[in-house]
Amino acid sequence: MALLKITDLKVSFHTRRGIARAVNGLSLDIEKGETLCLVGESGSGKSVSQMSYLGLIPKPPMRIDGGRVEFEGTDLLSVSDQKLREFRGNQITMIFQEPMTSLNPYLKIGFQVGEPLMIHQKLSKKEAIKLAEGAMERVGIRDVAHAINAYPHEFSGGMRQRVMIAMALLTRPKLLIADEPTTALDVTVQAQILELLKDLQKETGMSILFITHDLGVVAGIADRVLVMYGGRSFEYGSAEDVFYRSQHPYTQALLRSMPRVDLPVNEIPSIPGFPPDITKLKSGCPFYDRCNYKKSVCENEFPLIRNVTPKHETYCHVQEFVQ
Amino acid sequence: MILKYLLKRIAVLVPVFLFVVTVVFFMIRFAPGGPFDSEKRVSPEIMKNLQAKYHMDEPLYKQYFRYLGDLAQGDLGPSFKHANRSVNEIIFEALPVSAELGLISLTWALLIGLAAGLVASMRPNTWLDYIPMSFSLIGISLPTFVIGPVLVLVFALWNDWLPVAGWNSWQDRILPSLTLGMAYAAYISRLTRGGMMEIRSQDFMRTAKMKGLSEMQVVVRHGLKGGLLPVISYLGPALAGIITGALVTESIFHIPGLGRFFVESAVNRDYTVVMGTALLYFALIFFCNLLVDIVYAFLDPRVRYE
Amino acid sequence: MSSSITLTMEKHLATTSVAEEKGSSLWQDAFHRLKKNKLALAGAIFLLLEITIAVLTPVIAPYSFEEQNLEMTMAPMSAQHWLGTDSLGRDLLTRLMYGGRISLLVGILASLVSVFIGVLYGATAGFFGGKIDNWMMRIVDVLYALPFIFMVIILMVYFGRNFVLLFVALGATQWLTMARIVRGQVMSLKEKEFVEAARSIGVGDFKILTRHLIPNSLGPVIVYLTLTVPAVILEEAFLSFLGLGVQAPMASWGTLISSGVEAMEIAPRVLIAPAICLSLTLLSLNFLGDGLRDALDPKGARD
Repeated sequence: MALLKITDLKVSFHTRRGIARAVNGLSLDIEKGETLCLVGESGSGKSVSQMSYLGLIPKPPMRIDGGRVEFEGTDLLSVSDQKLREFRGNQITMIFQEPMTSLNPYLKIGFQVGEPLMIHQKLSKKEAIKLAEGAMERVGIRDVAHAINAYPHEFSGGMRQRVMIAMALLTRPKLLIADEPTTALDVTVQAQILELLKDLQKETGMSILFITHDLGVVAGIADRVLVMYGGRSFEYGSAEDVFYRSQHPYTQALLRSMPRVDLPVNEIPSIPGFPPDITKLKSGCPFYDRCNYKKSVCENEFPLIRNVTPKHETYCHVQEFVQ
Repeated sequence: MILKYLLKRIAVLVPVFLFVVTVVFFMIRFAPGGPFDSEKRVSPEIMKNLQAKYHMDEPLYKQYFRYLGDLAQGDLGPSFKHANRSVNEIIFEALPVSAELGLISLTWALLIGLAAGLVASMRPNTWLDYIPMSFSLIGISLPTFVIGPVLVLVFALWNDWLPVAGWNSWQDRILPSLTLGMAYAAYISRLTRGGMMEIRSQDFMRTAKMKGLSEMQVVVRHGLKGGLLPVISYLGPALAGIITGALVTESIFHIPGLGRFFVESAVNRDYTVVMGTALLYFALIFFCNLLVDIVYAFLDPRVRYE
Repeated sequence: MSSSITLTMEKHLATTSVAEEKGSSLWQDAFHRLKKNKLALAGAIFLLLEITIAVLTPVIAPYSFEEQNLEMTMAPMSAQHWLGTDSLGRDLLTRLMYGGRISLLVGILASLVSVFIGVLYGATAGFFGGKIDNWMMRIVDVLYALPFIFMVIILMVYFGRNFVLLFVALGATQWLTMARIVRGQVMSLKEKEFVEAARSIGVGDFKILTRHLIPNSLGPVIVYLTLTVPAVILEEAFLSFLGLGVQAPMASWGTLISSGVEAMEIAPRVLIAPAICLSLTLLSLNFLGDGLRDALDPKGARD
C-alpha cells in the first residue's frame, strides 16, 4: 500500500476577483522511503496541492472541491480538524521555501525546534529541548548549546533551513514535504542541504515529497517525478522516464530550458509565452497557447491518461513527436 | 547592557530637562501679569514684603539660579497662592490621585482594547470584527470632553446609578476612568487587530500551524509576542495622552489631581506650582517612554541586540 | 540558479507594470482608488458640505452669533430656532455655524503652519544627510517625548488668548511627524535617477530641493496633512473646553461643548449638537486621511 495516495484532488480559491482553479484533478502516490518530485512553474498548483489537505491554507478563500487524500489508509479530507492535527507536524511534516521568515523571530530556536514534541508526545519543555539539541547536532549545527538559546536572526539562511529540517524530523515523520527548501539558498549551501536530506532519508526511511521548479535539483534526488502545469498532472513516471524518455511537449520544453554549462545563458531556449491565468482556465489543455505541437482537439478537451509503460503516465493528445 | 542603555538615555535627559526648565521659567516670568495682581489693594509695604518673601525682588537671573539650586535638591519651592504650602506637598497629595485615575483608565483601555482586537483579528470580516471595530471608530472620534459629560448625563443625571463627581468611594472611579480610557481602548483594539493580522500573514505562523498546534495555540504562543508590539510601542504615547487627558477629566469630575492644580495654577499665575507640575509631567512622560522602550527591547530580540 | 522560465516570468511582470504606469498617472490612479472607498468618499462629501456652510455662514446664518435675547433663554427647538437657544438666548444653530468656522479655520491654519515647519525641517535634514541630518533628527526624537500641549497651555494663559498665537502654537506642536515623513521621502528620492540627471546638468541644491524633491514627496505630506487637521481641531477644542482657547463672544465647537456641559441637565441638545458636529468632522477627516493613504500607497493598503 502506498504511504500517501492522492486521487483526483481539486482545489479552488474563491475571491472577489473570481474563482481561481489552482488544482484540477491531481493524482499521485508515494511509496515508503522514496522521493517524489513535484515539478512546475510558479502558479502551477504544486505547493497549493500539498498545503490544501494539510489545512495550511485558510478556508475561505480556499475550497477543496473533490478528491481523496489517503495517508496509510486514512482519508485526510474527511477527518476532523483535531484528528488532522495529530498527523500534521507528527507523521507528516513540512519545510518551506523561505528559511529566513519561516522561523518565529521572537522565540528561541530550542523552543521552536522542540515544540512538536511538546504537542505530539506531551513532553515537557525541558525534555523536548534536550531532544531538539540532538536533532540539531545531527543536521550539522555547530555549538548547539548556544544555538538553542539563540534567536533566528543570529543565523544564516542555510543554518535556518537546517533548523527547520531538525524541527521537521524530530517526530520521526513518515512523510516530509519539502516545498522548494533550497530555492532561496546559495548554490553551495543548496547542495549541502540536498545531501543532508538524502542522508537523513537513508537513516530514517521516510518518504520525501519534494516540490521544486528546478530540474537540476530534481535530477539529483528524485526516484519519481510528476510534472505539473495549470493545476494538472502532465507527465508522471520514474526520473529516468521523465528525463530520458519524456513524452510530453511541456516536459521537453522544460528540459531544453535547463541552464547548461556548455551554452551561454542567453542562448538557452526559454518557453515562449506565459503560464495560463488560472482564473480563466477552459476545459482544454492549459498548455494549448504555448504548445508547438497543438492540434484542434487540444483547445477544448483535456486528454485522457495514456500509459507509455505501466509506471509512466502522460496526458497529451499528441502521440508521437520529434524527440 | 541594559544599565549602559539606561545611563545613555538619562544622559540625554539632563540637558533636555534643563532646557525645559529654562524655557518654562522665562516664559512665565516674561509674560505680563504676576501672582499678586489680584491683591492690588495691599499696601506697597506689604507688597514689598511679599515680594521679598518669594525673592521676587531679586534680579531674574538670581531667581533662576536659586530655582535651579533648589530643584537640584528636590525642592520645588513654596506655592505663591496656597499659603503655607510647598509645591512638594501639593504634588505629594495630588500625584497619587492622578496616578490612580491613570492606572485604572489604562487597565480599562488594555482589557477592552486587547480583547476586542484579538477577537476581531481571529475572525476578520465577520460581525465579530465589524461590531467591535465600528465601536472603536466611534471611540476614537469622540474626545474625552464629549464622552465624559455624556456619561455623566446618562449614568448620573438621568439615571441615579453613579455619582456625578468626587473622588471618595469606588463608584467615583468608574465614570472618570471610563471617560479617560475609552479612546485608548478604541485605539488599542485597532492596533491589536492590525498587529495580529500582520503577524498572521507571516510565514512563521504557517510553520507553527504545520507543527500541529491548534488555532488558539498558534495565536497565543507564536502570534502574541510579535503581534502586540505595535500596542507596546503605542503605550508611550498612550500614557502621555492619558496624562494630558486627565486635565480635562479631572476638571469634569472635580477630582483633586495634578491636572486640576496645573490648570488652576496656570490661570492664577502661581509660578512655582505651574513649574513644578509641568516639570513633573515631563519627567513622568520621559520615564513612561523609557519603560516602554525597555519592555519593547525585551520582547523583540532583534532590537535587543542592536 | 533560477531556470529561464522564472526569468521570462519576471520579464513579463516588468513589462506589464511599465505599461500600467503609462496608462494613467499615479495621481489619477490614486483618485480612482479613492473613489471606490465609500467611507473616504462620504467623509470628503461631508467635509465639502461643511466647508461650504462655513464659508457662507455670514450670509446664511439666521441670527447674529452674539446677539443676546434674555427673554428667549434656553428656548426649545422650534421653527424660529431650529436647535433652540442657549442660556443667553442666542440661537444655537447660528452659534454652531460660527463655531464651526472657527474650528475649521484653526484646524486648517495650524496644519499649514505644521506643514511649513515640517517640510522645511525634514527636507533640510534629508537633503544634507550625514551629520546635519543626524543632529536634526535627534532633536526631533527628543522633542517627541515632550508634551507640547503643556507648553501651549502655558503660552495661552500667559500671553492672552490671541487667535494668531493659538494656531501658530498648535501648529508648532504637530510638525514632528511631518518632518520625519518628508525627510524619509527626500532621502530616498535624492538617490533617484532624475535627481542625478538634474545635478549632472548643473542644477543647484536649492532648485533641486524645491523643484524636484519637495514636489515629489507631496503625496505622503497631503495624507499626513489630512490627519493633522483633526488632531489640531481636537487640541483647539480641548483648550477651549478648559477655557484657554477661543474667547467669548467668539465660539468654537470646544467652547460650545464646554457651555453645553453646564446646561446639559436642563437641555442635553446644547451639549449634544456641538458634540455631534465635532465628532462627525473628526471622523470624516480620519476616513479621508486613511482613504488617501491607501489610495496613494497601494502596497500598504488593506484589502
